[in-house]
Amino acid sequence: MDFSLSDEQKAILEVVEEVCEKEFAPQSSEISEKGEFPLQNIKKLAELDLFGITIPEEYGGSGMDLLTWVLVSERISKACATTGLIFGANLLCTYPLLRFGTEEQKKKFLPPLARGESLGAFALTEPEAGSDAGNVQTTAKKDKDGYILNGNKIFITNGEVADTYIVIANMDKKRGARGLTAFIVEKGREGFSFGQHFNKMGLSALPNVELIFNNCKVPLENLLYKEKRGFRVAMETFAAGRIGVGIGALGVAEAAFEKAKEYSKERVQFGKPISSFEAVQHMLADMATKIEASKNLLYYAAWLLDRGKPFEKFASMGKLYASETAMEVSIKAVQIFGGYGYMKDYPVERYMREAKLFEIIEGTSEIQRGIIANFVLKE
Amino acid sequence: MEIIVCIKQVPDTEELHKVKINSETRTLIREGIKNIINPFDENAIEEALRLREKIGGRVTVISMGPPQAETSLRKALAMGVDRAILLSDKSFAGSDTLATSYTLAMAIKKLGKFDLILSGKQAIDGDTAQVGPGLAEWLNLPQITYARKIEVNEKKIRAERTLEDSFELVESPLPALITVTKEINEPRYPSLKGVLRARKEKIIIWTAKDLKINEKRTGLEGSATRVIKVFTPPSPSGGEIISGETSKVAENLIKKLEEHRII
Repeated sequence: MDFSLSDEQKAILEVVEEVCEKEFAPQSSEISEKGEFPLQNIKKLAELDLFGITIPEEYGGSGMDLLTWVLVSERISKACATTGLIFGANLLCTYPLLRFGTEEQKKKFLPPLARGESLGAFALTEPEAGSDAGNVQTTAKKDKDGYILNGNKIFITNGEVADTYIVIANMDKKRGARGLTAFIVEKGREGFSFGQHFNKMGLSALPNVELIFNNCKVPLENLLYKEKRGFRVAMETFAAGRIGVGIGALGVAEAAFEKAKEYSKERVQFGKPISSFEAVQHMLADMATKIEASKNLLYYAAWLLDRGKPFEKFASMGKLYASETAMEVSIKAVQIFGGYGYMKDYPVERYMREAKLFEIIEGTSEIQRGIIANFVLKE
Repeated sequence: MEIIVCIKQVPDTEELHKVKINSETRTLIREGIKNIINPFDENAIEEALRLREKIGGRVTVISMGPPQAETSLRKALAMGVDRAILLSDKSFAGSDTLATSYTLAMAIKKLGKFDLILSGKQAIDGDTAQVGPGLAEWLNLPQITYARKIEVNEKKIRAERTLEDSFELVESPLPALITVTKEINEPRYPSLKGVLRARKEKIIIWTAKDLKINEKRTGLEGSATRVIKVFTPPSPSGGEIISGETSKVAENLIKKLEEHRII
């Protein structure tokens, strides 16, 4: 087993860490407080070619593996979870395009995404369809030269800021999941508009937007993969996406842990830094251990994916464990900060609010346990 | 336009507290310290890249230093410079600013024709600000130091030279040497593609033999100065607070100043 990083990965991470430390981390509290889309951060990621990490060179990217993407994403999320999630949501568009797109589709849609000139998004969730993906109510009707989409999507990350959307619609509601079909829909298409911007507990600068399709005409060449095979597109995208979401959670956990550790060494009570008390030490030890365990699960899942091996079980395990770790670690970080931890002057209460999201998106913890149980019972 | 940028690898300012001094040679012990490109030299690289983007040409980066200075040259390549040259030889060790500027000058002579030499106004470790001007002297070039803005047209260069509370607008024919301040620009980060490209590129290494230099002029032997002692000055302590009525305080203060022969 070789856990070492390549020289290339180390060289890339050195730059990413510098940018995260100097540019992203100092802004992250303000970004969340103001709730403004962090355009500057996104531009910086684009300048650094980071949107194209996993996209092959012939489509304008760097053709590196998902593990490299994961290492980069971890650092971005640690510095600024909002930026990390925008970066991660992009993968939910580029991954299915690479996996299921035709040569023409890849050539047309991937280069601007790889350069970060445009962002991507993935839209499945609806008021009545989340965990139950088969219950998508948005319809797609075949026309003589394309498809007509009707319906609403909610909570869509990168909604409105993205230019390229992978949209899951149903061509045959009677057949549920077997009627689902994936389409590539560009912003600006007639009949495609944006509705509500959702107001959230945390991550207020992350765009989560309603998409409205009102007789939106999509040409034949924008069908992704095959008609009524959209469920497979969605499931495979989610499986890989779980690694991305897990890594976002890991970043938040690492940030919370680091702040708590530093604070415990500075905060003096009873004449000693609180890090010298066993109660605090045990908290820090548990936090660090769970962070390492999450990291290993997620890196392993990415490593398997990169080698074309079944990774889905580990992706679910990694997402489940990292998101619950982020929640637990951020709650303990607030506890270690004590009264100050509850104050908005310190970032740990924000980490706590951010962490909660990761237990919900890309399949709740309950859905992950279901997936994992299915795998282990079959083995 | 042929642009040469001279850079120095220095210890990371954030790690300066860890830096120790070799008591014999009185130079920095660099082992175990994270090294970076001297920040002002990064501004010089950025300015060179911007000039190239505007008017075309080629950017060559040169550094004199131990083999580990290669990491700084690789970063310069990742930022986008065309080629990187490391001047490295045991005989260069211990060079002061005179010997360093001589060695750099010999390398630039070996390179041939050029239009502009850029470097940072000074290095953050030695803080001498002498290598740039020294290099200009060895090469018999006009020099503009502390530039905060430069403009090139045809065979002339115009620079805003930072002074204490004003600036000078200076014009010079090319070729010339210019040292820059941090106000001149915001250096770019290397992009991922730049990092990958830089890893594949070769760094040219020139030794004393390659430069055909007079070895008496480089290294410790070629140095006109010797560091006698490096120390941290003791921080001033004591001090006295004179309090009371304003007129009495003033009277007291004047008396004290006279006692200490300050006035």
